[in-house]
Amino acid sequence: MKHFRRPTVLIGGGIVGFWVLVALFAPYLAPFDPLKSLTPLAPPGTPAPGGGTFWLGADLLGRDILSRVIYGARPVVALSTLATLTAYAVGVSAGLLAGYYGRWIDTGLSFLANVILSFPVLVLYIVVIVALGPSPLNVVIAVTFASAPAVFRIVRTIAADLKQRDFIAAAVIQGESAWRILFIEILPNATGPLTVDFCLRLGYTTIVIGALGFLGLGLPPPAPDWGGMVNEGRALAFAFPHLVIFPCLAISSLVLGLSLLADGLNEARDAQSRGS
Amino acid sequence: MTNLTPVLSGLGKRLGVMALTMLTVSLLVFLVLEVNVDDVAVKVLGQFSTPDQRHAWLLQNGYFDPLPIRYARWLWGFVTGNWGLSTYYHADVRELILPRLAATGVLMGATLAVTVPVALGLGILAGMRQGSSVDRGVSVLAIITTSIPEFASAVFLSAIFVFGLGWLPGVSTLSGGVTIKELTLPVTVLTLSSAGYIARMTRASMVEAMASPYVRTARLKGASTARIVFAHALRNALGAPVTVIMLQIPWLLSGVIVVEVFFAYPGFGTLLYQASVNSDIYLIEACAMIGVVAVVVSQLISDLINTWLNPRLVRAIQKAALQDPTASVEATAG
Repeated sequence: MKHFRRPTVLIGGGIVGFWVLVALFAPYLAPFDPLKSLTPLAPPGTPAPGGGTFWLGADLLGRDILSRVIYGARPVVALSTLATLTAYAVGVSAGLLAGYYGRWIDTGLSFLANVILSFPVLVLYIVVIVALGPSPLNVVIAVTFASAPAVFRIVRTIAADLKQRDFIAAAVIQGESAWRILFIEILPNATGPLTVDFCLRLGYTTIVIGALGFLGLGLPPPAPDWGGMVNEGRALAFAFPHLVIFPCLAISSLVLGLSLLADGLNEARDAQSRGS
Repeated sequence: MTNLTPVLSGLGKRLGVMALTMLTVSLLVFLVLEVNVDDVAVKVLGQFSTPDQRHAWLLQNGYFDPLPIRYARWLWGFVTGNWGLSTYYHADVRELILPRLAATGVLMGATLAVTVPVALGLGILAGMRQGSSVDRGVSVLAIITTSIPEFASAVFLSAIFVFGLGWLPGVSTLSGGVTIKELTLPVTVLTLSSAGYIARMTRASMVEAMASPYVRTARLKGASTARIVFAHALRNALGAPVTVIMLQIPWLLSGVIVVEVFFAYPGFGTLLYQASVNSDIYLIEACAMIGVVAVVVSQLISDLINTWLNPRLVRAIQKAALQDPTASVEATAG
């Protein structure tokens, strides 16, 4: 547990924890209803009609930007976590199978992973979203499709390496089921690299979900999400930069937190494996 | 040159895998976008077409033929450069794409021309002395810049240089041809998002090279720092970054879409974006296939460069093929 004292882990974890709490308690934190029209294009600090202040201003439709940034944390945090988890479920299972059994299962799955990795990520997302339509579920499907191959590669390498070890041979001789060997004997040995990758991948996924929102291919409006807010405010951004700056700061800080967390955990792992 | 045969056969095998990959990709793209013929008809004829019109159109264009025949016809069309008509622009897809690709090529070329020297330079500086303040500074900078999504850094930079200082134009429509002024912001945004990763990889591989026995030997022989870095460490440290730079290309292509849309740059990314907004199905198919071709070709180039940078690999393959028993020993000891 020593690595929780590293500054990068602390700062990164702090930022990520902050946004998770904001997402969880959005209804208690937001000063206004994120969908209610009040004062269009109010600059930051304007008093609101009926009491309160637009600390970050209001958007084109007069909705409070602070409240929208707070509520916007919800789809971002929930979707990127859910999408990364499903990508992991698919990638880990396929990677264990390919690495442990080898032969044609490995050849087939590895080829498929390479095929999917040949798509530029955003092109893959656009093709999937165009075919299925923009919705939270389809965003999750697109992310799973795009991220699972990378997870697959990591797990496959580890499983292929571990299956040569004595403790696996012992488990086989004991007559343990294949399921038990894969998930109970092999998988726990991969948690180190996978934790680091998980944080990084959460960050990438957040970026791409933001980019989809920015392109207008993410969540259908009027639900607030950070990328979508930038998309809506873009046309007026040069006259009213407050429309787009705050959601951009929000998403950048969340991804930065995840990157710092990944970096700190990685350093801690390096230090541990060097035996210090 | 009989010695080159194993290298050539390795290359042949790679080209075969490449072709198979692209074939599978084309099948995936075709299945995802065209397996439901009613969807295709709606996308081509529009929401307000009648079922009779759609049926007639589907029949006329052979959409009721069996799936394998339709796929074969589609693939043949793609290979022979017959990419169909854009339903939104009412123009030949190929003629739409080619000038856009050229514009994106300019953007990506300019980005690589800036990113690669900056990233390699910073990575080498940081890796020369592990743990120094330069090293830490580069690491922090790299983490911050790679964490900011392209659309967010585009917003921040525009706020400063367009809205605040008024130095640069906020859109890069290239209406007066390619100008440095219009390229500056898009290239900066893409450099920020891609340089960090390359710099960190270069640093890691430089750190490894600096700790290796031949560098220690050179240092004990009294070689200057410059000589150690340039004559000994660098050549061995550059293999990994070259791979990473080529692997960055799919990532860069994704960033290019966002950046082009943000700055209204008339490239491949804006075209794909407009195609997706308008459900312009044939245009999307062509764009997706071109994206994949670009990625697969970049992977091949990275393999070739790596082989060229690492002649040991070539020699090892040659010797192994000649069944020289010392081959593996020399290759690992070298």
